[in-house]
Amino acid sequence: MDLYRRRRLKSRIYMTLSVCAAIIGLIWLAMILAALFWNGLGGLSASVFTQNTPPPPGDNGGLANAIAGSVIMTSVAMLIGTPIGILAGTYLAEYGRYTRLATVTRFVNDILLSAPSIVVGLFIYEIVVARVGHFSGYAGALALAVLVMPIVIRTTETMMLLVPDSLREAAAGLGCPRWIGIGAVIYKAARAGILTGILLAVARIAGETAPLLFTALNNQFWSTNLNGPMASLPATIFQFAESPYLGWQKLAWAGALLITLTVLLLNIIARALTSQKVGR
Amino acid sequence: MLDVTESRLSADFERERLTRNIGRTDILFKHLTQSAAILALLLLGGVIVALIEGSLPALRTFGFAFFVTEKWSPVNDHYGALAPIYGTLVTSIVALLIAVPVGLGIAIFLTELSPLVLKRPIGIAIELLAGIPSIIYGLWGFFILSPVLQRTLQPALISVTEPIPILNQLFAGPPFGIGILTAGLILAIMILPFIVSITRDVFETVPPMLRESAYGIGCTTWEVVLNVVLPYTRSGVVGGVMLALGRALGETMAVTFVVGNAHRISASILQPGTTISASIANEFTEALTPLYTSSLIALGLILFIITFIVLAAARFMLAHLQRASGA
Repeated sequence: MDLYRRRRLKSRIYMTLSVCAAIIGLIWLAMILAALFWNGLGGLSASVFTQNTPPPPGDNGGLANAIAGSVIMTSVAMLIGTPIGILAGTYLAEYGRYTRLATVTRFVNDILLSAPSIVVGLFIYEIVVARVGHFSGYAGALALAVLVMPIVIRTTETMMLLVPDSLREAAAGLGCPRWIGIGAVIYKAARAGILTGILLAVARIAGETAPLLFTALNNQFWSTNLNGPMASLPATIFQFAESPYLGWQKLAWAGALLITLTVLLLNIIARALTSQKVGR
Repeated sequence: MLDVTESRLSADFERERLTRNIGRTDILFKHLTQSAAILALLLLGGVIVALIEGSLPALRTFGFAFFVTEKWSPVNDHYGALAPIYGTLVTSIVALLIAVPVGLGIAIFLTELSPLVLKRPIGIAIELLAGIPSIIYGLWGFFILSPVLQRTLQPALISVTEPIPILNQLFAGPPFGIGILTAGLILAIMILPFIVSITRDVFETVPPMLRESAYGIGCTTWEVVLNVVLPYTRSGVVGGVMLALGRALGETMAVTFVVGNAHRISASILQPGTTISASIANEFTEALTPLYTSSLIALGLILFIITFIVLAAARFMLAHLQRASGA
């Protein structure tokens, strides 16, 4: 009887600890979001979107050039990274499913998926910035594209593998060569999943700072020239937050809120897309 | 008569031509996808080659001493990587010491205890939080957490541990707010959602039959977790933790804000330090001499090698679990 009570007590203690962990973890994370909204909403106004980053002390101004730079570099990165990622994913799921090349690529891709992003920045610095001789929006976009590829490859492969083989056989039975079967049947069936991967990739690079610091650098002025240094939201936040000027710090919080909202929105859309797919 | 044969012949030719074209396109498409896959492979090779090439000047100048020298002096153009390596390892260890127990606790709560109504919302919230960019965590740590730590936790730690011999070295004052401990804390918060979502997923691979049998012979919830769930998912949990470790090691922005950027090794984790990624982020654009740049790239190479090993081990562990559960 004593033993029984002791075991039950022990279980109670550990389970209480587990509940505490859940409560602490959630409160902790809620506190971050609360601080972000509190400080971010305070700095958010129409001028954030219409005016360029101000010189110190930064009382009047916005983040327009940083937002534009982020949008441009993210778009270019997606334009480069997505097609390559989808093609490579197609190879892994279709043509090369059981080949040695596919096994090695899968492994390497998983490593690249979680490799430190600052190392990617160094890599692009070495092969682009150091050779060309100056920082540029192109270099920044390339660094982001390197981060996009593994994500798109992974989700494309996973989603295409979810398509049942009977569909592939049916297409082949109608006399489709594989590339038509892939294009007209498999891609269509896996469309929502592949799109999810693309959205998640955008969400991932939207807030990436480390690979931009020494590829695109930053730019205080409005610039859409990809061949020169380019402003970006994360790099601007980094610069402004560490400054002693209150106006800059306020803008940093506003920028942080913008990025977080974008990322959360993209994640929610991506989630809705896949759950709809599963539900059907 | 002749006409019909001729037109049939030309139709045959036409069909043959089309078939050949289609076949050719198929081969073309196959090669296109294959080269995209090879590109992904080359990318990893490219990263390694570029980093080695970039770090050669520093490694040639300082030799093996680069890895074991603490001194980092841009003024004398003399660099050693020991302080950033030490900082990277210590902040990551602090982060794991905090995040693993809490993360496992939350995962146990989600799989064993949580009422169904709460399970999905909490799961979704955690996954959304895993997607928040690290610079947000850094910003929060810099403006909100470190002033609070400076006023509360750090003075408390210093005064409580003062009479205890070894601990008073580990928690020696003064309280700066920023420092190794704060960086570790921020990292812990950042990798927490990550650990929870992986361990929850592996906990759910435990067949209900095993769990129910254990309950059936009278096990308490804790005994089920300790004797059934954890042994069954051991390699998956270790793999997930190592994946999180890989993240913590390479994390840049969350750490750069709060670590203090001091190239020195202190016994106390309340003192400022630096990590590999923070050094690179802070100093790279200010590096004036080629040797300085090269030393920073060499730091990047070290980081890449460490994370490569950790991540490869993590993938191996997770793959092992997948094979074991037959998924």
